Amino acid sequence: MHPTSGNGLLVVILGLPVLAGVGGTILPAFGYLPALGGFRPTTAHLAELAGQPHILRSVLVALAAGLITTFAALAIVGTFIAGFAGTPVFARVHHLVSPLLAVPHAAATFALAFLIAPSGLLLRLVSPELTGFTRPPDWLLPNDPFALSMIAGLVTKEVPFLFLVTLAGLPQLPLHRAGKLMAALGYGRVSGFLISLWPTLYRQIRLPVFAVLVYSVSVVDVAMILGPQLPATLPVRIAHWAADHDLKMRFLASAGALLQLVVVFAAIGIWLVLERLGKFALTLLTLAGTRLRKDLLPRAASGLAMAGCAVIVFLGLGALFIWSVAGLWPFPKALPGAITAKIWLRVLPQIAEPLFTTVAIAFSASALALVIAISLLHRDGRGGNGAGYKLLYLPLIVPEISFVFGLQVLAISIGFTPAFPSVLAVHLLFVLPYVLLSLSAPWRELDPRFEQIAAGLGKSSLRVLLTIRLPLLFRACLTAFAVGFSVSVSLYLPTVLVGAGRLTTVTTEAVALSAGGDRRVIGVYALVQAALPFLAFLVASLGPQLLFRNRRAMRM
Amino acid sequence: MIGRARQFITAAMLALGLAGEAAAIDVNDWNSVVAEARGQTIYFNAWGGAENINAYIKWAGDEMKARYGVTVVHVKLDDTAKAVATVVAEKSAGKDRDGAVDLIWINGENFAAMKRERLLFSPDWATKLPNWVYVDHESKPTVLTDFTIATGGLESPWGGAKLVFFYDSARTAGGELPDSAADLLKWAEANTGRFSYPQPPDFTGSSFLKQVLTELIHDKTKLQKPVDEATFAADAAPLFAYLDKLTPLLWRKGKAYPQNYPDMKQKFADGELDIIFAFNPAEASAAIANGELPDSVRSFVFSGGTLGNTHFVAIPYNASAKAGALLFANFLLSPEAQLRKQDPKIWGDPTVLSLARLPAAERQAFEALDLGVATLGPDQLGPALDEPHPDWMTRIEAEWIRRYGAAN
Repeated sequence: MHPTSGNGLLVVILGLPVLAGVGGTILPAFGYLPALGGFRPTTAHLAELAGQPHILRSVLVALAAGLITTFAALAIVGTFIAGFAGTPVFARVHHLVSPLLAVPHAAATFALAFLIAPSGLLLRLVSPELTGFTRPPDWLLPNDPFALSMIAGLVTKEVPFLFLVTLAGLPQLPLHRAGKLMAALGYGRVSGFLISLWPTLYRQIRLPVFAVLVYSVSVVDVAMILGPQLPATLPVRIAHWAADHDLKMRFLASAGALLQLVVVFAAIGIWLVLERLGKFALTLLTLAGTRLRKDLLPRAASGLAMAGCAVIVFLGLGALFIWSVAGLWPFPKALPGAITAKIWLRVLPQIAEPLFTTVAIAFSASALALVIAISLLHRDGRGGNGAGYKLLYLPLIVPEISFVFGLQVLAISIGFTPAFPSVLAVHLLFVLPYVLLSLSAPWRELDPRFEQIAAGLGKSSLRVLLTIRLPLLFRACLTAFAVGFSVSVSLYLPTVLVGAGRLTTVTTEAVALSAGGDRRVIGVYALVQAALPFLAFLVASLGPQLLFRNRRAMRM
Repeated sequence: MIGRARQFITAAMLALGLAGEAAAIDVNDWNSVVAEARGQTIYFNAWGGAENINAYIKWAGDEMKARYGVTVVHVKLDDTAKAVATVVAEKSAGKDRDGAVDLIWINGENFAAMKRERLLFSPDWATKLPNWVYVDHESKPTVLTDFTIATGGLESPWGGAKLVFFYDSARTAGGELPDSAADLLKWAEANTGRFSYPQPPDFTGSSFLKQVLTELIHDKTKLQKPVDEATFAADAAPLFAYLDKLTPLLWRKGKAYPQNYPDMKQKFADGELDIIFAFNPAEASAAIANGELPDSVRSFVFSGGTLGNTHFVAIPYNASAKAGALLFANFLLSPEAQLRKQDPKIWGDPTVLSLARLPAAERQAFEALDLGVATLGPDQLGPALDEPHPDWMTRIEAEWIRRYGAAN
């Protein structure tokens, strides 16, 4: 048996559910859903979708917001890396931004909404002294029709993600040598980096960029809180149709999910065109020989944007914390009239069980994903770039909303009862691509000579893996685990649908309670939700220090 | 052995197509229901958006465990339709037994849809519950008709609802309050940007539209029947003429809306809104007790009447623990559970029981309840207007989205 055929099987087993889920979603779009009396193929539901009021605007806003978010996040991260890689500022911002990856989207979004709303913390801080407002002004913010607040929210969360995947690719670049060369030729930092290193770097982070694009085009929770409401973006409207009291709307929701898939493909298509244009512009720039020496402005802007993302989220989380202990807190008071631990005391006992479930699922899913990723990489060695692996990355590229309902029907059909194992299985589906993504770059990067020496000393392949490669990659493994952990913690739709709501996690509780809108309770849940992955990342960064106390060279 | 034998007989009957669900559980033989329920775990799918309600359900579950050995798991939903969706998915997959949902907190269109699609445990069971004797079906006709659809005993009443408005007496003088939808429009002209309603199809927001429709439609009897498409435009014209005038006077000029009642309550607390409304008369008192609203908040209703209805619990056709669900539904109807629910310090949800039918001690306990400073007494709540047929809600929501769904 060829060593990789086992891998192939694993890849198929893990990749197929997504395709099956898409199938289970597409069939009702064309009228096939026996439970609701849909047996005959029809295009009526697609026609109904086309006839929905303002549907084009919903599509265009989602598409534009996704493209702008991705472009802005990439521009900020790219400019920042170009302008600051290797400087002390870089290290400082790195430490500021990294923890952001741990904050789930919903928590960060609530935080942002609390800050910028007309009755939010920012205006409270300066009112009525500077503004004269004794009542909140009637400003359309968030939920502005151009989705600017939603884009801001998404950029805040996507910047740290792109930044960290970029960091993983950075050590493979001849940063110093290229920098010196370009400086000697008289280029500014940013233009020098763009010309010499950006094409290689971009090739390495292309998949994560597409993941960001797909996510931003099809996001539901962030769009619900910050996005426009009249009309809402397409993914939000699909979520509403799927949850409509009129069960026939499920056909419409499926048709919408199909359209969402088309929108995602369109977004990818447009992005590919943008890539071409970017490449062309870069060639022109190179050939023109323009040095662009004075790049202080873009450098400063990118640095401010990076730091701004972190400051906004931390300030917002601080505001959430204040709300969680606030008694009555009327506008425009900057601080609540009374402080009470009442909500925490009431919520903490109730949160214990969901907390345990969350940790159990996240721990098992990311541990399992790590084992699978290691075995795939060990036997294949190519860092997960083989054609078959693309199947594993499907959950990153296919919008969640386009396959989760199909997956739910599938899970019930094959006799999965909604319980821990089935929820774990669906979490694994989402966690694995991220774990594989974070682990494959350091895996490829490791100097092969270590293993060659070990093999030369007669060690078996498994022993080499266990005693050489894994200890050397221990930190990378822990980081991949932490990434998987945070993805699992933040999963909402799959947990609710496949778990039939029976397994409550901190996130399902938070979303259910956010329907109740009580900022105090939302504050508690959002903080707990943010604390979990944060702890995982803390362990990931401290673990190696503790474990390798006696091996100084392996500490960082 | 006996259990095994019964399983075998049931299986055989199922195979012969003889057994309906009625054969498995006989609601008329309550002792057998109690016996069958012991040891069961029931998954109660109920909106989980309010902490006080969750705490109440937790209490009821603890009592079930202590008294009957039944475990109640509260599956917290952000939207009741999710539970309906689960049952649909199970039916799609042919899972006609041992479903994931045992009991749903439900009313209105979700009930109408489940009844229409035959997704409910079907014999009339609600009126056979032992505690049904206390239910007030004379003066509260909505315990038998859910949004004009006859319940047919497919759901058991759990609590009452009445549309009530709230204002902050520290910001708004009591004398300026509107007394009808038409008055409210004048009030909004004088107080631009200080009124709004949750964005339809949110339940509370749609209820506001129905309130206005009921007040303004020329022939109210039409609302008790499904929409007549031929006359719909003319019937709904007064409502949309009203909304055309109201929309530019709303909070954010109608370019955004609160997402639901709690969101609207938060905006009221923040001082963005001056008049809000809820479907539970005790909401404001509960919020004051919670420190969410100032104690200067008070209630009012329209003297011409406001909408009233009842919410229920129902059992899906494929529920796995039907006996436990029946027992729990009965417990939720008990005077003890209903009294606790009406206590504003706990929940404040109006009872569906008739005080006149209760034993003296329970009746006195209900009468002795302190409903809270912001809650109107039962005699001050004004007349209850009937809910329109669910069809109206669907049509009006669709029309609303078409007209106001893209605010430029």
